[in-house]
Amino acid sequence: MEFEAVIGLEVHAQLATESKIFCACSAAFGAPPNENTCPVCTGMPGVLPVLNRRVVEFAIRTALATSCKVREKSVLARKNYFYPDLPKAYQISQYEMPLAVSGHIDIEVEGETRRIGITRIHLEEDAGKLVHAGAFAGAQTSLADLNRCSVPLMEIVSEPDMRTPEEGGAYLRHLRDILVYLEVCDGNMEEGSFRCDANVSVRPKGQKEFGIRAELKNMNSFRNVEKALEYEIRRQIEVNLDGGTIVQETRLWDADAGVTVSMRGKEEAHDYRYFPDPDLLPIHVDRAWVEELGKTIPELPGEKVARLVSRYGIPRYDAELLSSSRRLADFFEASVAAFGGNPKVTANECIQWKDAVAAGKLSPETIAHVVEDRETGKVSATASRKLVELVIETGKPVRQLRDEKGLTQVSDAGALEAIVDKVIASNPKEVESYRGGKAGLLSFFVGQVMKETRGKANPKVVQEVLKAKLG
Amino acid sequence: MADIPVHEWTLLTAAKAVRDKKISSRELTRALLSRIERINPKINAYVTVLPEAAMREAEARDEEIARGIVRGPLHGVPVAIKDIFCTKGIRTTCASRILKDFDPPYDATVVERIRAAGAVLLGKQNMDEFAMGSSTETSCFGPVLNPWATDRIPGGSSGGTAAAVAAGTCFAGVGTDTGGSIRQPASLCGVVGMKPTYGRVSRYGMIAFASSLDQGGPIARTVPDAAVVLAAIAGYDRRDSTSVDIPVPDYVAATGRGVKGMRVGLPREYFTEGQDASVKAAVTKALTSLISLGAEGVEISLPHTGYALSTYYIIAPAEASSNLARYDGVRYGYRADGAKGLIEMMSRTRAEGFGEEVKRRVMIGTYALSAGYYDAYYGKAQKVRTLLRRDFNEAFARVDVILTPTAPTPAFRLGEKVDDPLTMYLSDIYTIPANLAGIPGISVPCGMSPDGLPIGAQLLGKHFDEESLLAAAAAIEREIPLRRVAPFEG
Amino acid sequence: MAITREEVLHVARLARLSMSPAEADKMREQLDNILAYIRQLDRLDTTDVVPTSHAVEMGTPFRDDSVHPFEEKEEILKNAPDREGDFFRVPRIIED
Repeated sequence: MEFEAVIGLEVHAQLATESKIFCACSAAFGAPPNENTCPVCTGMPGVLPVLNRRVVEFAIRTALATSCKVREKSVLARKNYFYPDLPKAYQISQYEMPLAVSGHIDIEVEGETRRIGITRIHLEEDAGKLVHAGAFAGAQTSLADLNRCSVPLMEIVSEPDMRTPEEGGAYLRHLRDILVYLEVCDGNMEEGSFRCDANVSVRPKGQKEFGIRAELKNMNSFRNVEKALEYEIRRQIEVNLDGGTIVQETRLWDADAGVTVSMRGKEEAHDYRYFPDPDLLPIHVDRAWVEELGKTIPELPGEKVARLVSRYGIPRYDAELLSSSRRLADFFEASVAAFGGNPKVTANECIQWKDAVAAGKLSPETIAHVVEDRETGKVSATASRKLVELVIETGKPVRQLRDEKGLTQVSDAGALEAIVDKVIASNPKEVESYRGGKAGLLSFFVGQVMKETRGKANPKVVQEVLKAKLG
Repeated sequence: MADIPVHEWTLLTAAKAVRDKKISSRELTRALLSRIERINPKINAYVTVLPEAAMREAEARDEEIARGIVRGPLHGVPVAIKDIFCTKGIRTTCASRILKDFDPPYDATVVERIRAAGAVLLGKQNMDEFAMGSSTETSCFGPVLNPWATDRIPGGSSGGTAAAVAAGTCFAGVGTDTGGSIRQPASLCGVVGMKPTYGRVSRYGMIAFASSLDQGGPIARTVPDAAVVLAAIAGYDRRDSTSVDIPVPDYVAATGRGVKGMRVGLPREYFTEGQDASVKAAVTKALTSLISLGAEGVEISLPHTGYALSTYYIIAPAEASSNLARYDGVRYGYRADGAKGLIEMMSRTRAEGFGEEVKRRVMIGTYALSAGYYDAYYGKAQKVRTLLRRDFNEAFARVDVILTPTAPTPAFRLGEKVDDPLTMYLSDIYTIPANLAGIPGISVPCGMSPDGLPIGAQLLGKHFDEESLLAAAAAIEREIPLRRVAPFEG
Repeated sequence: MAITREEVLHVARLARLSMSPAEADKMREQLDNILAYIRQLDRLDTTDVVPTSHAVEMGTPFRDDSVHPFEEKEEILKNAPDREGDFFRVPRIIED
């Protein structure tokens, strides 16, 4: 029997606002314990929440970028449970009426495009952090740090449309890229600003009903999500083949052991008793606001990749690498515009130096000049690499450095003739062997010319001149 | 003014005397502090008294007067507030063991505004625990006694505030009303109490019981006094998302408006056969006084009135169960000793820290929201709430205000209803609908029972029409003068 | 449709209220009475009625995304029943 997997992914994205969702504390990362707190986010008696407008804007823009329908009215609801990192003993979230519904993103896996549905996007607040005191298992207490309480989160739930771990990875990466493009989230899985839980089930191929699903948690990188999915799918198939049944449960991914582990027995069934939060009124979003925000949506990664491929004729793989950051893609296009050089070469240069570009250490003109010099043979590949490193180090213009360091290649055949003649004259025996059929000796002659010119000669041109003279 | 003792003055009289430099804030404050010292042990209206701080504030207010500075209409006047409003640096307990030593890190908006108006804070007043009650018998500090008859309850949950005002131990107070907790004790203590429209007074810093029903409001000895306190605390607050941005009109002026042409609705559901005779008689007198001044009585019906209590006793406990979940022993308040793990710590903390009534309501509320029961209870109650609001909307198309009794009976005896929660809940049948509809209501004294216990009439108004209520209540007050300070000397 | 003792204990656990069997029985009786009264709402037909989730009919107000630090960390920590440095300290969760 053949099985297929059914995968749905739930992403929690930390929104890159200055302040928290319901109070004016800083949402910045890395403060000392309980530094970024106030009576509101620590759930003191008598406090009340007030919603941060930018959080709603970010969610609306995300909805637009994923073709979701933004609801004119959505409701904030309380999700009630007890935990020391949850000061009010409820999390303000959205339940029956989320901010946006029914969207999709298109992903590319092995040359095929697939549309993955997005069920809903909603707003909620983050909880704090509970650390277990003492490094040893016998510690009796835990310590609560409420800095992260009320940091704004956006939850994005996909339809169970993915069928393979690769599709899962592609969906996550694409979604992350969209969020980074919109500047609503910095998309860092390792740091926890972009988190993913997965719902996985398997069913016999051709069956319409879904199998029983397990929820996977604790995957802290894209690669780990793929590995966890791979493992869990295999596990579920094996259980099925052995005649067993899948238990609906939460399982944690153990990256070291490479397995998912059941949480059953450790976690009680939660009854969250959702109800609309009476301290907050419904979120009203009118068409005018949505339209205004629609104008702020930049060209999205999918569109950009397609356009770079069609406009510049570069391979899709390169276009995807360039599009991994808006800044890099813009840099690439500016570099091409500055000189009009070979887009493929320009792309390679941009990709090679992407970290420096991100750090703001290179300008499009630099790359344009490098490409131009390479195309005109003025600078060799090795030398241009060295030059760019020098630009990064010193900040000086590339051509100035090129001239200062004397890295201009000699590509003029006439200028090289004299040296070629000299080398031919100095190596009669090798000339004879070459003329006698040992074609491989050409590189010897090239090497000699390079030695004479201290590496400055353009090897291609040298080769041609040699060929012409040696016959 | 000379022959009326200071503690019996109205707030407006006291405020004017301070402004006119006829009396100092220190004298007023000292007089009330010594009265509190003498009689509070007998009636237990105050949880915390602040003698040194109050005298310091009074001194500062006097200095300002000397320099010609008047902060606001309450300048130099000693008042007190229900121990449900957060006061930074002053313990705030909600009359609960679980917050017995809680020192808030901030002041409630109501507190800020009272101070901004120049008032002197005498102390924090006793209440039913977490505002859940109708008799102030559930306080962890012991019950409050009605100064009109100390074997009787003062009403609740703002029983401490009403009793303190009626006993002449403050010129006014601020209480809270979720199902009648300002109006009912005001009625039982023979003073004026007003619940403003939902959204009129900021809830920031007012420890939450039922968020969609709670409102802070004044308790005072006269309607104009209540008006001036309301004016001081009302108004938009950005820190409360349910606060409404509507200007605050001249409430004091409204008390002189008169009632000529005012249509007064009389809902038949509030005037029933088996009703207490003295209550009926007193409210009837209030009606005739309004009519004699040019108002018109109109019979109306609020057909869903009978369902209001049930609706309230689902919605309020449900919201309360969520609002009180934060009392878990982690960040503040009581924490049970010697618990072996987190769940035991939280569970014993709450079982030991909360009183019986609070626990009962948390249980009802948790149940009403729980899986499988939400639609039948909470969902259903929210729909019935809509029907109740509709009743009022339709009525207010035909009338300007609605007149009813405030409480079904005068003050009952201590201990009389504590053993039967349902019987206790029935004390609120006339007051609860206003909270569910979000409309304003006021109770004004209009008679006495044969036992000499106060009886109040309730007036209900349209959203944000506190002015009509103040006009009508003031008219009743002028026509039916009644003693406002209980003859209680300890 | 009376409330059972099991349900009472379940709700008590959801609400983190320790309760002995005797207390649960007393609570059960009181809740049963109250719930019986409340169920009068079943008599009302509310088929097409929109629930009132909020007492005020407007959209939730917004605040600007600007930071105003509270700057009084000690005020936040001062009421802590148990504390370690600037952390709130609580007993560990132990497996049941």
